[in-house]
Amino acid sequence: MSKTSRTSITMPTTAKKDSIIEIRAIAQHDMESGFRYTESGKLIPRDIIRTFTCTYNNIEVFKADFYSGIGANPLIIFTTVAVESGILEFKWIGDDGYEAVNQARITVS
Amino acid sequence: MQMKKESQYYRRHWLKQVQGLGLLAMGFCMNPLNVFAKKEDADEAIQKITGGAAVKEGKVTLTIPPLVENGNLVVLKVSVDSPMTANDYVKTIHVIAEGNPLPNIFTVYLTPRSGTANITTRVRLADSQTVWAIAQMSNGSFWKGSADTLVTLSACTEMV
Repeated sequence: MSKTSRTSITMPTTAKKDSIIEIRAIAQHDMESGFRYTESGKLIPRDIIRTFTCTYNNIEVFKADFYSGIGANPLIIFTTVAVESGILEFKWIGDDGYEAVNQARITVS
Repeated sequence: MQMKKESQYYRRHWLKQVQGLGLLAMGFCMNPLNVFAKKEDADEAIQKITGGAAVKEGKVTLTIPPLVENGNLVVLKVSVDSPMTANDYVKTIHVIAEGNPLPNIFTVYLTPRSGTANITTRVRLADSQTVWAIAQMSNGSFWKGSADTLVTLSACTEMV
């Protein structure tokens, strides 16, 4: 049983070679911290996204580990150098078999 | 005489009630506090990251609003002063909140291909506290920066 959700990537579609581009990646996820209780006093189990990776033409350029301190619908903004045209792949992996993948194409001139 | 006795009785009764309320309030306040990490937990988390190596102050800038209304979603920006070349770049950045139940917030792994060491994300803060960012450079040295914040509405204490 794998889960997934909506994700969104905001980044330029074209860039000059060797320029620095900003990437904003957001995933729809509750990020249940595992520290909250229901009204009947039952602990709600932790259910969060654990890792986020970004690969640029199959080379890993960015990775992040998330813990329960990350807010719901985790947004992460980072930068990378536009080295060549190609595909950037973004992957979120979380508890309970959660997995989401998104791709974006970039043309480098 | 009768009047005085009565008023004294009321006063004592009232005092007892106040005392009871005070104890009740203390119970409410102390319980959730025990859940939150203490400074030592944060130090332990930092110790785990650095493995006992010295952490120098500087290079790392952590930006969070000084006054936070809702601790559930706080915009946190961390930037490290580094040329980000193949020989000199930031390897990892860890963000630690000493007042959260789990001090670790996130860890990012960078490469020279990151271009800059600027990360923005949204975090949860359980309490008014100091948040730390620790960066490891490619040469293995550790640098840290911190920011203080006041949180009005805390994250993770609310019921569902």
